[in-house]
Amino acid sequence: MSKSSWLWSASVLVYAFLYVPLIIVVVYSFNDSRLNAEWVGFTLNWYRVLFHDRQMIGAAVNSLTIAIVSSLVATALGTMAGIAIHRYKPKLLPFMVITPVAMPEILLGVSLLLFFIQVMNLTLGMLSIIIAHITFCIGFVAIVVRARLAGMDESIFEAARDLGATPWQTFKLVTFPLIMPGVVAGALMSFTLSIDDFVITFFTVGVGVTTLPLQIYSMIKIAVTPEVNAVSTLLMLLTLTTIIVASKFAPDVLRGVAK
Amino acid sequence: MNKFLTSGRITKWLVSGPPFLYLTMFFLLPSIIILVASFRYPGDYGGLAPLFGGEAGRETGLTLETYKFFFSDFIYTQIFIKSFGVAMASTVICLLMAYPLALLIAHSPKKHRDFMVLLVILPFASNFLIRVYAWMIILGPQSAVSLAVNHVLGVFGVAPVPLLFSPFAVLVGMVYVHLPFMVLPLYTNLEKHDPVLLDAAQDLGANAWYRFWKVTWPLSLPGVYSGSALVFIPVLGMFAIPDILGGTGDILIGNLIKDQFLGTRDWPFGSTLSIMLTIAVLLLAGITVLISRRGVENV
Amino acid sequence: MALLEIRNVTRRFGDLIAVDNVSIDIEAGEFFTLLGPSGCGKTTLLRMIAGFDLPDGGQILLDGKDLVGTPPEKRPIHTVFQSYALFPHMTVSGNISFPLRMAGKSADEITVRVKEALEQVHLSDKGGSFPHELSGGQKQRVALARGLVNRPRLLMLDEPLGALDAKLREEMQIELITLQREVGVTFVFVTHSQAEALALSHRIAVMNAGRIEQVDVPSKIYSFPVNRFVADFIGRINMLHAEVLETRPDYLRITIPEMGEVRAPAKSGTAPGQKGFLALRPEQVRIAAKIEEVAGENHFPGKVRDLLYVGDVTTYIVDLNSGARIEALLPNSAPGRGKFFETGDRVEVAWSKDTGLFLNE
Repeated sequence: MSKSSWLWSASVLVYAFLYVPLIIVVVYSFNDSRLNAEWVGFTLNWYRVLFHDRQMIGAAVNSLTIAIVSSLVATALGTMAGIAIHRYKPKLLPFMVITPVAMPEILLGVSLLLFFIQVMNLTLGMLSIIIAHITFCIGFVAIVVRARLAGMDESIFEAARDLGATPWQTFKLVTFPLIMPGVVAGALMSFTLSIDDFVITFFTVGVGVTTLPLQIYSMIKIAVTPEVNAVSTLLMLLTLTTIIVASKFAPDVLRGVAK
Repeated sequence: MNKFLTSGRITKWLVSGPPFLYLTMFFLLPSIIILVASFRYPGDYGGLAPLFGGEAGRETGLTLETYKFFFSDFIYTQIFIKSFGVAMASTVICLLMAYPLALLIAHSPKKHRDFMVLLVILPFASNFLIRVYAWMIILGPQSAVSLAVNHVLGVFGVAPVPLLFSPFAVLVGMVYVHLPFMVLPLYTNLEKHDPVLLDAAQDLGANAWYRFWKVTWPLSLPGVYSGSALVFIPVLGMFAIPDILGGTGDILIGNLIKDQFLGTRDWPFGSTLSIMLTIAVLLLAGITVLISRRGVENV
Repeated sequence: MALLEIRNVTRRFGDLIAVDNVSIDIEAGEFFTLLGPSGCGKTTLLRMIAGFDLPDGGQILLDGKDLVGTPPEKRPIHTVFQSYALFPHMTVSGNISFPLRMAGKSADEITVRVKEALEQVHLSDKGGSFPHELSGGQKQRVALARGLVNRPRLLMLDEPLGALDAKLREEMQIELITLQREVGVTFVFVTHSQAEALALSHRIAVMNAGRIEQVDVPSKIYSFPVNRFVADFIGRINMLHAEVLETRPDYLRITIPEMGEVRAPAKSGTAPGQKGFLALRPEQVRIAAKIEEVAGENHFPGKVRDLLYVGDVTTYIVDLNSGARIEALLPNSAPGRGKFFETGDRVEVAWSKDTGLFLNE
């Protein structure tokens, strides 16, 4: 059928459009040349440079620390929010949870910058970044948890109490095991979002601290070398693994992202 | 009254309390702060002037000065218009590219679908900057693409055109980064279409194009609206892509805001710009909701 | 003392009165059914008994003790939900053992009881399966086993057979009766299917718009409905507009438009001029090609207008010569024969003057 072959060729082109740029980045990370222009020869040199780059490693450590702390807190708060929104149908909370996710990131970044300096008199650094990351990750976790709850037969929870379980037992033995996949998926998503975040971190970072994306940014702006390709490749590997694991836990994450 | 009702209330506060408090403190409050800041005077060394007190002759308190400043020079409005234009163009291009892909995935056998969707999301997994950087490579003056394009242009006697640091590069970057956001809602919608409807249309004599235009497209509109919102709104606020891929004349709202806060440190003006961006986004979101609601009734 | 006493229970949702001053006594060991159309309040009542909702007025007493203030998990009452509500992340054994675990029983006792329960519902080999691997009927039985395993005082079943196809439904009905008799637990069954209610119950409470219309054993509900709603709701029935002409100690003289004067069994509390209906079950109406006119019967000639053949019996819809319409039921009992009459046949109908009921408007 000509229609489906037209669909196929258009789709292949789109997939190619999505992947070719990334493949180029990965391929050139092994290129024995300073310029990202022609292929000269295979080398692992740039990776070697990467591992000796103190600043880059420091940035990576920061990114990891921030990601772990913020995803843990965001998961806890987001799970609570997801459950609350599903069960109690509050008026204000859904709005507060979704908006940081739906609005352009720059608005959150800028308002937090103002808030930290004017109101809290906080020196910008790791703490400010963590606080900022938690704020926008809560929304993702809440969406996923809520989607998971919405897809379940409501009478299960009543059945548990009907059969003798206290509200706490119901949560421990029925609710929590059933939302677990969503919680884990949300946690992994938060981790990924935090590691990758550029815009919000850009505004809340201050002096003396840097994260991986920010480090990449300054390298891009100031002095581009294939070291950027190398770190990009490694970063891609990390987030790829995380997302694949997340999608195994909850295929509805994909739909949750689509709101 | 009943024990289990009151314990229910405690649980309610225990569960919704912490996220509510956290978001009030770190989202609601900052939003209010920035709203107020848009009405304040700039401080001497950047930042904000104090609200109260201060020496005589110094400006304190609230004012509409910054809003007047915005409208005083057309260039600011121009940047807003340009940003809307870029967002519009990106959305349309994303739609054209995403639709065939979403259709294909929706019509594929069930076991392939999750994998195909995963393939769409994976590039999203790579760092945003990497995705932008990749285009620096592709559109760079020494790249194969640039050389090819300029060669073709040379044949027609046109001077070489730099692909990078141009509005074109900005557009490509915007589309590239946001394409998955258009594919997913479209796919989610298209997947739910009952194939029986198309069969019925065919049975009644409709050809392939007609079937698409009169059945598939109208039913897919809610997905189109969601996807468009998910592309349009973030693009509006982007600064990194114009910053990296664009030339000096290609700045958009996001860049303007960034400059005010981190460059010239004119915080009130930056706040004003942010508030105006917020209003624009809220209006758009509101329109999207209205259209999609009415669209559903008409279908 | 009855096991469960529902006393003047009322429940309002805004302007809507879902349960209106309902009082019922349910005895220990009986299979009691709440029967009524959708929206009549039976599910609301069920939820109040289980503890998921509170009455606005009245009391619910179990063994004489008021249940108000007792949360659902503390009530010795279990429910089989319409969707079965099996825990998807637990095996069949896990599901069935759940109430036992909540009651703090020892592991040994749990193993024994679960095994017994599985045998009782004929699912002994399914202990390790997960709910999503079971068929509808199997899930139904797991839900039953789970509700009965720790011998509650009362088991409530909320339209449990609704999702099953006809044949399976009938099989499950028989299983339900057998199970209830074996285990001896009091069942409160909620349904909108009058056929099911008649087949399964010791007693039925017919509900309509929040109120109880009649509580009685199935045969009385069927043969002696107290009002038009109950008569109409249960089975097929002829409802012929009638007006009382004269009340006598042993019979009523009533007049039916397009039929003339007819006799009906006596009924106290009726007066001449009262408007109402003559309620006649189709099987009470004799139909034949020719019927000898007899003094003790109301007799009318007519023509078959339509018929409903369901295999074992046929309901004939007869247009009487006088203009009225009446339904008559006849078993298709002759061997090798389908129905007795075809559309258009001339027939005669008759019913004894001792049958039928006069019901008020």
